[in-house]
Amino acid sequence: MPAAIEIRDVHKRFGDLHALSGIDLEVPCGEFFGLLGPNGAGKTTLISVLAGLVRADRGSARVMGHDVRSDYRAARRSLGVVPQELVFDPFFTVRETLSIQSGYFGMRDNLAWIDEVMQHLDLASKADVNMRALSGGMKRRVLVAQALVHKPPVIILDEPTAGVDVELRQALWRFIRRLNRDGHTVVLTTHYLEEAEALCGRIAMLKQGRVVALDSTSNLLKRVHHLLLRLRLAGELPAELRALEHGSTEDAHVLRLKTYDDVEPALSCIRRAGSRIEEMELLQPDLEDAFVDVMRRS
Amino acid sequence: MSGFATLLHKELLRFWKVSTQTIGAPVLTAALFLFIFGHVMEGRVRMYDSVPYTAFLVPGLVMMAVLQNAFANSSSSLIQSKITGNIIFVLLPPLSYGEFFAAYVLAAVVRGMVVGAAVMLVTLPFVDVEFRHPLWIVAFAFCGSAVLGALGMMAGIWAEKIDQVASFQNFLIMPLTFLSGVFYSIHSLPAFWQGLSHFNPFFYMIDGFRYGFFGVSDVHPLRSLAVVAAFLATVSGVTLVVLRSGYKLRH
Repeated sequence: MPAAIEIRDVHKRFGDLHALSGIDLEVPCGEFFGLLGPNGAGKTTLISVLAGLVRADRGSARVMGHDVRSDYRAARRSLGVVPQELVFDPFFTVRETLSIQSGYFGMRDNLAWIDEVMQHLDLASKADVNMRALSGGMKRRVLVAQALVHKPPVIILDEPTAGVDVELRQALWRFIRRLNRDGHTVVLTTHYLEEAEALCGRIAMLKQGRVVALDSTSNLLKRVHHLLLRLRLAGELPAELRALEHGSTEDAHVLRLKTYDDVEPALSCIRRAGSRIEEMELLQPDLEDAFVDVMRRS
Repeated sequence: MSGFATLLHKELLRFWKVSTQTIGAPVLTAALFLFIFGHVMEGRVRMYDSVPYTAFLVPGLVMMAVLQNAFANSSSSLIQSKITGNIIFVLLPPLSYGEFFAAYVLAAVVRGMVVGAAVMLVTLPFVDVEFRHPLWIVAFAFCGSAVLGALGMMAGIWAEKIDQVASFQNFLIMPLTFLSGVFYSIHSLPAFWQGLSHFNPFFYMIDGFRYGFFGVSDVHPLRSLAVVAAFLATVSGVTLVVLRSGYKLRH
């Protein structure tokens, strides 16, 4: 069985900007894959290459084994893309939008699936409402529905939860998780790293058009060889601990420690300095730490 | 439905849903032209020796409406989709560039012909017009609107702002239409302008179209059809090459 997504040595330049500098990536079928990186890292360009919206200068991209250029019909049929921008066609209702999108893919008698998708995304009550009259969150749901209307085996979501309320975010993830359980391959870009940590089995991190880390989410978390000690003190933090400070807030100090063995010396240092500990918490590193770590080192 | 049929259907729905603007408005404009020019000129001029001016004017106005609306349909659809970003919905599906071209041009042809027929219907109670060769009428309306549909696509693809499409329309399409013999027979022009008119492809569209009504024209209709067909082939060829290259659509 071919990989859901296979990207080989893809380069893309926009004028002087080298947006993608030799990306190699393979996403097997059924995976929930995360694509992370700061703004301008090339995530959207990479997705656009897969979707045929941007043509790579060099290299190849395949979806379910179909080359996105030479076999574009099969490649596009295999792919559903939820774009980052909140775009819509103001001439049509939700149902018309979905039925037109389904028709573009040559799907006949697709009304039952369209109804099911609308049901899952809580769009049924808005089926006959014009797109113009929908709230931002509702428009976002329609974009997701549009990407799913032709039942693609591979779904790419480009920051689908940007500016979306908590309720919709959770509903959306429940639905996407179910699709993934049913065998769909899901690729997600997001700025909410806790979201990627909770959902993605494997993650690629991009920086300046290159893959700088590619591993399972658990391995990426293991790479972070430190833990964080959060303290609220009555009194000052001793000067010798200041060097360990890591993202402290107004009412709490966060210290970055190498191992559990460093906890006791830090506490005794505070005691010696005459400060009192009012609150204390040991934090495990999360994906955000891994991300910051990778970005700093690469 | 196939992808092509859906895109065509969507393009038709798009103008049908705002038919007051896309059909009603051009019909009103054409009717005003007819009543004002007809009132001023009627009885003063006879065209082709026997045709009253108002009757002569009607096919010209109909064809002008056909051409301008065909252009407006494809150009405005593309530029609006590009500006709002919803062009992505037609770029993501497995549509070939040929299907893309055919759907937009055919929708432009339908819009042009529907507006043309509406203008014709509105003028019929007021003006006595003959229909000597209906097939010529249909052939020129089809080819003319297809040319303008393809030109509209080029403008829509090339332009990045709505005013660039408007410039294309106001500085190229409008002058070429007005100078093509909508309001006059080129035989009434001085020799130089008469000669120059023969380089305007729009002249052949209107002259051939008018032949269908009166059986009289400045140029033989076969020659006009050949010129219009050649122009259509050229414009379509260029548009297809542009679409294939992905120019301004697929970066």
